[in-house]
Amino acid sequence: MIEAACATAVVLVARLVTGVRGEWRGAAPDPRRRIYFANHRSHADFVLIWTVLPAPLRRLTRPVAGADYWLKNALRRFMGQRVFRAVLIDRNPATRDADPIAAMAAALDQGSSLILFPEGTRNTSDEPLLPFKSGLYHLARARPDVELVPVWIANLNRVMPKGEIVPIPLLCTVTIGAPIKVRDDEDKRAFLDRSANALLALAAHSGNDR
Amino acid sequence: MTAGQQTLALFTGVATVLMVASIVGYVLHVRFAAEGPNPTIDNLNSRIKAWWAMVALLGVAFAFGRTGVIVLFALASLAALREFITLTPTRPGDHAALAVAFFVVLPLQYYLIWIDWYGLYSVFIPVYVFLLLAAIAALRQDTTHFMSRVAETQWGLMITVFCLSHVPALLGLKIPGYEGRNLLLIAFLILVVQSSDVLQYVWGKLLGRRKIAPELSPSKTVEGFLGGVASATVLGSILWWITPFSPWQAGVIALLINLMGFFGGLVMSAIKRDRGVKDWGWMIEGHGGVLDRLDSVIFAAPVFFHMIRYWWTV
Repeated sequence: MIEAACATAVVLVARLVTGVRGEWRGAAPDPRRRIYFANHRSHADFVLIWTVLPAPLRRLTRPVAGADYWLKNALRRFMGQRVFRAVLIDRNPATRDADPIAAMAAALDQGSSLILFPEGTRNTSDEPLLPFKSGLYHLARARPDVELVPVWIANLNRVMPKGEIVPIPLLCTVTIGAPIKVRDDEDKRAFLDRSANALLALAAHSGNDR
Repeated sequence: MTAGQQTLALFTGVATVLMVASIVGYVLHVRFAAEGPNPTIDNLNSRIKAWWAMVALLGVAFAFGRTGVIVLFALASLAALREFITLTPTRPGDHAALAVAFFVVLPLQYYLIWIDWYGLYSVFIPVYVFLLLAAIAALRQDTTHFMSRVAETQWGLMITVFCLSHVPALLGLKIPGYEGRNLLLIAFLILVVQSSDVLQYVWGKLLGRRKIAPELSPSKTVEGFLGGVASATVLGSILWWITPFSPWQAGVIALLINLMGFFGGLVMSAIKRDRGVKDWGWMIEGHGGVLDRLDSVIFAAPVFFHMIRYWWTV
């Protein structure tokens, strides 16, 4: 109940601050199991994706996020686990005791869709994308029947660049592209390159990103 | 008629026109677009629907008087500025200047309009903000494209805040024999300039052959321009009774603001083409962004304001 109210409030604030618009270019907002993979520049990235999803899909879609960030304090724990129902993974291979791919696959098996940032961390460089980590590939191999949908988030990095405290209410666009799947004979490098290019192709199309 | 009665008469007139437009739009839909989508007719109908919403919004603002109008245009400036800056290439080094533009300059400009301090609101952005924002940007020490970044932010503020704030500023003009009726000046400006836009669109759709500026806009034609400006000028002349002007003065002023409005559309189209977009935003269905709807009013407002201030006020 309170979780639903918080979720609605988050979506409303996101709409108000960013005027976000979802452009479905290549995929329809269908209620099917999917892995939405997107560029990552801000902590609020998945909120924007969440906001442009129709409400029934939103309830089925869980972000994959770093446990180190979302378990830090009580508020983040509440937002991360209860409101966003994030699939929390330990990003440090040295300390983790659970396999992140297994955790994501389990969430998919329960009928959820996932939001995944294959760069693994927020991109603060001048490059449009950081090199993808291999998680997307392994997950695609583990659940080859699930669609991988590229999602380009434009402008959110300008709303609040790293280190700033006041957000500028610029308009953001979330462009959702055509689904891809891993091919039988495709190796890791080829697949990650292809998925990164699918994202960059959306960036070139989304009108107001530069 | 009192000012209230005249305002009511105007809104009734506009509502009647919109009613007719809605009926025409519905008939066109039934006859040509019932089986499948017809982009032109569908767009026409969403435009008409958005007009209802915009007129209703203006009506509510008018009902709250001066405060309502100032708040409405401050919000319109906010929406326009965010559309403008969204399409302007900025760098992280602009963040402080942009924060000041959105959260200090914009509210302060409308506050100055609210307290009716003409001496300051007429120079605040062109002089003080012009210098100050450049200084704030310089403090961030990012020199890449520094000159163009500073210039573009300033230009955005001039267009979306300074020029647009001249619409509510009309309420502060003191015209002998016209006391208490200044809201009607705003009604005149918006009605004439927006009619010119609509009539240019209608004439263009009906008779448009020769493109007037094909590099800027595929939809603007010579026929649309002449027909639209001429008919909106006649409309302005007919509306002389809500203004302090005589019929021929109202006609001349209408012609001037219609020409300014046309230039506004051209200039803002040039920016959009350069940025590779069709619309400034997506806030108003069928029209695009707030700037797409207000470009003509933005260019007409300061000229309208100063003409009246120079020749009609004491």
